[in-house]
Amino acid sequence: MAGYLLIESHDPFENNIVARQYDLAVNLVKEGNQVTLFLVQNGVLPARPGTCSSLLTNTARAGVEVLADDFSLRERGIAPSRLTDGIKAAPLSIVIDYLADGRKAIWH
Amino acid sequence: MSKTFTFALMDAPFENARSTTALRLIDLAIKRGYNVNVFAYEGAVYLPFAKQAQHANAVHGRSVEEENHPLPRAWIAAIMNEAAGKGIKVDWVNCGLCVDERGAGEAIDGVRRGGPADFWKFAESSDNTLVIGTK
Repeated sequence: MAGYLLIESHDPFENNIVARQYDLAVNLVKEGNQVTLFLVQNGVLPARPGTCSSLLTNTARAGVEVLADDFSLRERGIAPSRLTDGIKAAPLSIVIDYLADGRKAIWH
Repeated sequence: MSKTFTFALMDAPFENARSTTALRLIDLAIKRGYNVNVFAYEGAVYLPFAKQAQHANAVHGRSVEEENHPLPRAWIAAIMNEAAGKGIKVDWVNCGLCVDERGAGEAIDGVRRGGPADFWKFAESSDNTLVIGTK
């Protein structure tokens, strides 16, 4: 089992590849890997309940750890207490911690 | 022995939040006590450009001092100073061809000239690598 860290900096409204990155995370879990999807910058926008939020909720329900950068949330006025189901706020430092753990990191 | 991470950056300064996030990550790595390699490619070679200058903001009626415009070169210098104070290594390589294309040769102290082979060496010798592309 390998560990992956997928960092998503785009939101699905602006970039069609974003949903495929979510799918990649789910498929990596299905292959037996440990996967975290870390949302940063505009990547946190679907963490606010909206039309694209179900994509993230389904990703989390599939076994992907979905985290949203707390700084990016604050910048965009999204309260960590009001995130869509399955998503947790986390500090950016968790990226460094996961790099130290040897996770394979992919930035999009 | 402390771990070493490599970051590959491609974005020019003042254009995208990726540059800020990248520098936040590098700063956090140093705060955790890790050594850091940076390979700056394409527009990212302007991140440590020594001639970046603050400016006034006539639209908002603010002077240079009041505007206090943030400069990436100052952030990078602060990162390097913080690392030096902790005995942590920051090896920042600007891609030489990218520098020549852009006339970005005047970098702050601590930045050296290199090439893509340095990125390969960094990745080979690091505990982990994060490539922050432009798309």
